[in-house]
Amino acid sequence: MSEILARLEGVSRIYQKGKERVEVLHELDLEIPKGDFIAIMGPSGSGKTTLLNLLGGLDKPTAGTVTVGGAELSSMSNSQLSHWRSTNIGFIFQFYNLLPVLTALRNVELPLLLTDFSSKERVKRASIALDIVGLSDRAKHYPRELSGGQEQRVAIARAIVSDPSLLLCDEPTGDLDRETADEILRLLQVLNREHGKTIVMVTHDAQAADFANRSLHCDKGTLEAKEAA
Amino acid sequence: MKYFRLVWKNAWRKKIRTLLTVLSVFVAFLLFALLSALGFAFRGGVDVADAERLIVIDKISLINLLPMSYMNRIAATDGVDAVTHASWFGGYYQEPRNQFGQFPVDPQTYFNMYPEFNIPAEQFEAFKRNRTGAVVGQELADSYGWKVGDRIPIQATIWTKADGGRTWEFDLEGIFSTDDPRGSSALMLFQYDYFEEARAFAKGTVGWYILRVAKGADPIQVANAIDLQFANSPSETETSTEAAFAQSFTKQFGNIALIVTLILGAVFFTLLLVSGNTMSQSVRERISELAVLKTLGFGDRAMLGIVLSESILIMLMGGLLGLGLGWLVVQGLAQQMGAFLPGIFLSPGAIAGGVAMMIGAGILAGIFPALTAMRLSIIDALARA
Repeated sequence: MSEILARLEGVSRIYQKGKERVEVLHELDLEIPKGDFIAIMGPSGSGKTTLLNLLGGLDKPTAGTVTVGGAELSSMSNSQLSHWRSTNIGFIFQFYNLLPVLTALRNVELPLLLTDFSSKERVKRASIALDIVGLSDRAKHYPRELSGGQEQRVAIARAIVSDPSLLLCDEPTGDLDRETADEILRLLQVLNREHGKTIVMVTHDAQAADFANRSLHCDKGTLEAKEAA
Repeated sequence: MKYFRLVWKNAWRKKIRTLLTVLSVFVAFLLFALLSALGFAFRGGVDVADAERLIVIDKISLINLLPMSYMNRIAATDGVDAVTHASWFGGYYQEPRNQFGQFPVDPQTYFNMYPEFNIPAEQFEAFKRNRTGAVVGQELADSYGWKVGDRIPIQATIWTKADGGRTWEFDLEGIFSTDDPRGSSALMLFQYDYFEEARAFAKGTVGWYILRVAKGADPIQVANAIDLQFANSPSETETSTEAAFAQSFTKQFGNIALIVTLILGAVFFTLLLVSGNTMSQSVRERISELAVLKTLGFGDRAMLGIVLSESILIMLMGGLLGLGLGWLVVQGLAQQMGAFLPGIFLSPGAIAGGVAMMIGAGILAGIFPALTAMRLSIIDALARA
């Protein structure tokens, strides 16, 4: 785990709310080795999601640099970032954010619409991703026909279908019961250990954090190691 | 095309709402098809008008007749290549509702003047030989199931016969057609000589003259020369191009083009409001989904394209159905009422214009929601979700 996949150097993020300046992240430094599984914990408003947004190229720092996979995100245009995200980052949200009008298979296929793959190839890859998360038999089901845990598995399949190196998970088990949450976390562990995915997971749940290799505590815009896995 | 499934599924997200919008587009384009065809029927004569043909009518009114003696004087005018004449008969077949154009003409000079009318040579010769002979257009023959050899009685509404009778009987000697789909062949032509001999009054007159300007001659100068010849006579003339004549004839029914334009304008303005509202609502409802798409890597142009395509798709679904049904109705009308409303026709130009309007209306209705989707801030939208 010595090769660094992502690096944040002196990153600050300040939001202007009316006349007030709110510094969410303060001169933050972080290195994420390839193949790591990090849990980021902390109270609401501590900057966890902002950190995730910066790593995913959804937001830009007010100061400092964010480098992921050798790409310096702060200097990229919005359209470059869109393209970069489609091939390098997989996002997993708390509320799954599947498109209700599409079946599980077609939801998983979505990121592949941005590639040059043929329709047949897209379906093949989406089917493999669904197989990895154990939902091959639900391919033709719509999100409303799935349980919460199944929806999150579909969302994970969508996140990995274009084979990104970094998975960013924002409270992935926040909407699930304990048992289902543990299933999802075990699945993330499999993706980390067997498929080599680097995972950064934001969570409030200490038990969820136990599934990660290490935990960081985010508070008042700074990070500190919580405990080693 | 990769996004078609996504666009299609999104378009039908709220089935009732989309169905109602598609229905309103359908009605608008059905109306467009019918009014276009109707407008075409009314201005058909204008569209097929020949720039080299001039029409000479009485200066006061088209219904006033001109002396037959003008024929030779017009023919002798410099710049005139050929002359013929026609008159309005105004009769009906069997019932008053079966009205169509009937014209007593001089067969040879009339058909020389209108080379676009095609008639088999032997039928034309038979027509010329028979004083009570007549020829009809294919449209008319189809409408009433007439065939060559039939005897056709026409009830006169103006021209009583010298013997007091109002029934004029004609032998159908030929059926002509016109290659130009814009022109109507819902006409009946019969021998002027028979008309002249049998009518009870106004002998020695014709309704109007038609002349062809010689090559190289200036139609305006020719028209002026003719009108000058008959100035200060009991029957002063007004000579105009065939197009202007057709236009003035059409204007007797009101400004059809303006009426059609106003109706369609109102319909399409309403349509834009309805479909624009549908698209705005649809985009507002799925802001978070659009944000997810952007998160996955869908760029600004893709977002703009997806929403605009959805708007255009809704327009095309309703519009093509409306235009299609309109085309069928017009075909039916042309068959059933071709004689009463000759030249009713949904032209390829109108169809192409309709499709262009669908795409244009789709873009107009979808552009603001599409820009909203394009400019969406992912972080704000996800935070609101």
